[in-house]
Amino acid sequence: MSSENILEVSHLKQYFPVKNGFKTVPLKAVDDISFSIKPGETLGLVGESGCGKTTVGRTLLRLYQPTAGRIVFDGDVLFDSEQKIDKKMQPYRKQMQMVFQDPYSSLNPRMTVEDIIGEPLDVHKLYSSKGERHDKIMELMETVGLNAEHATRYAHEFSGGQRQRIGIARALAVDPKFIVCDEPVSALDVSIQAQVVNMFEDLQKERGLSYLFIAHDLLVVQHISDRIAVMYLGHMMEIADAVELMDNPIHPYTQSLLSAVPIPDPNTARKSQRIILEGDVPSPLKMPSGCPFRTRCRYATEQCACEMPPFTDRGNGHMVACWNK
Amino acid sequence: MKDNFKKAPFSAQIDLSKFSMQDFEKATDEEKKQQDVMGESTTFFKDGMRRLRKNPLAMLSIVILVLLILVILIAPHVIPYGYADIVKGSANLHPMEYSMQEQQAIAKGESVFPHLFGTDSLGRDYFIRVVYGARVSLSVGIFASILVLIIGMVYGSISGYLGGRVDLVMMRIVDIIYSLPDMLLIILLAVVLNETLSPLIKGTVLAKLGTNMIALFIVFGILYWVGMARLIRGQILTIKQNEYVLAAKCIGTSTSRTIIKHILPNCLSVIIITTALQIPSAIFTESYLSFVGLGVSAPMPSLGSLANEARAGMMTYPERLLFPAFAICLIVLALNLLGDGLRDAFDPKLSR
Repeated sequence: MSSENILEVSHLKQYFPVKNGFKTVPLKAVDDISFSIKPGETLGLVGESGCGKTTVGRTLLRLYQPTAGRIVFDGDVLFDSEQKIDKKMQPYRKQMQMVFQDPYSSLNPRMTVEDIIGEPLDVHKLYSSKGERHDKIMELMETVGLNAEHATRYAHEFSGGQRQRIGIARALAVDPKFIVCDEPVSALDVSIQAQVVNMFEDLQKERGLSYLFIAHDLLVVQHISDRIAVMYLGHMMEIADAVELMDNPIHPYTQSLLSAVPIPDPNTARKSQRIILEGDVPSPLKMPSGCPFRTRCRYATEQCACEMPPFTDRGNGHMVACWNK
Repeated sequence: MKDNFKKAPFSAQIDLSKFSMQDFEKATDEEKKQQDVMGESTTFFKDGMRRLRKNPLAMLSIVILVLLILVILIAPHVIPYGYADIVKGSANLHPMEYSMQEQQAIAKGESVFPHLFGTDSLGRDYFIRVVYGARVSLSVGIFASILVLIIGMVYGSISGYLGGRVDLVMMRIVDIIYSLPDMLLIILLAVVLNETLSPLIKGTVLAKLGTNMIALFIVFGILYWVGMARLIRGQILTIKQNEYVLAAKCIGTSTSRTIIKHILPNCLSVIIITTALQIPSAIFTESYLSFVGLGVSAPMPSLGSLANEARAGMMTYPERLLFPAFAICLIVLALNLLGDGLRDAFDPKLSR
């Protein structure tokens, strides 16, 4: 196991029990996912709603108990279902943090900004005096571009972008190495999205952070990511360098996703062909046999219905799960 | 770019080409500053109090309650009669009447404090008895509610936060207690506790309160917390779904800290309102128990026992029933209206 990766995930599974009448059926939110992130790298994670992106992020931070798989963070095995390793997360919470999707519900309405940002400091006892706590909070607020006078205010007095900044400051308070950004810009206006995305990039340069950047906006992901992973129905479909994936998507699902990205120039847009997928995403409770995408895939063959395609390297770390050559 | 710009016929956009630089004036520093300043930061509590202050009924209730409490606190020091003092020869007086001895004393030039509400059949000043009765009723109401609040909050928040099997077992226990006939149980418990408590508290400060009072607190505490526990559990179940609870978990916040810092403050409004509405119901039950003779022990009066004693002479001395009954009404009505006002002021789901 190489330690050059800050995070390594292999064969991660996260099933949720769902009561279906009298029997309990597993909902396979995340099924057999493997990826790794290098220090200072951003891995973009895309996929349509309900494909398990958020679950991956939350399982990594152990907000959910993983069903199976292996998570290695910074050389330490945090979880391994085969070796029965299940480490206490408390010391690692200082190194792995999360920025939440909804800036409206992820901040406690009864707490001032100072207390929200200061809470991680309180929990991990990262200061020796009240003055030091205050100074640290002020420094964090400055880092994310909030005024010092905002400290005594409540979350509901801020705009979406400002709230997301508060959320980012809270994540940065413990000085983490790795941040899961769970659709941090989806709830924001486009103009503010750019500000926040740029801030993420600046912070990464300054602090050498690694991100798992979850989003469904391909353009944002392309902008910020070094590599991009595509998910469908809890399965990983394709991982490649951001540029490579955009220029040369191999998996039919990635191709259709990319063709759906709006093109700002109407002339080019008219010439380009959209690949329109037929039907809906199947219910994760009734997964199709074999490849999960085969029900909507143009190239689906009998082999696709029988067997799940392996996740193979097609050169230069471009990993694809598809029978189609 | 500018040349091929053509204004749409019905566009409301201002055509800037018609203006020149002179038409605009620079914003002064003061105007710029006005843009920076946000509205004054209001906390949840301040906001609620502001709305409460606009509610005339609630404010009237507060005034009445404050006056009542002042009377309860001051009257025993001002009035020369005690609640158990028998004034010789002045039994069965109507309000503001004086007995023969007292009239003679006045004639001699001595000052005699009037019996504001008259006296009872033993010659005890009725006003001071009503005051003490109100004191007992209010303290039973308030302390019983606090007890209910504490038990219900701890039980409900644990059950709601942990969820799953723990929740299931804890809530079934609540269901069982809920299904018991509470009046019957209160009467049984009051009787049993009276017997068992008296040797236990002998010689302590609690003995002054009397076994019945303590028995009452305990009875309320162990019977009425179930409603509170259910309510708080329900609140916590909804608040638990919020992302900020997940965020707290992500930071590494402990369970107890999450409940105290993140969950309970967000169901504070419901807690305040229910407690305020719990007090009158406890007062009512206390009055009822005293009425059937299970309340505080004689000679300590309570509003319920006063009303009960007055029943005998209801035709001749109707005021003896009216005064305690009126006092109960006043207290319960004021607390109910205050509770309603608090709900209107603090419940964010109701319209402002």
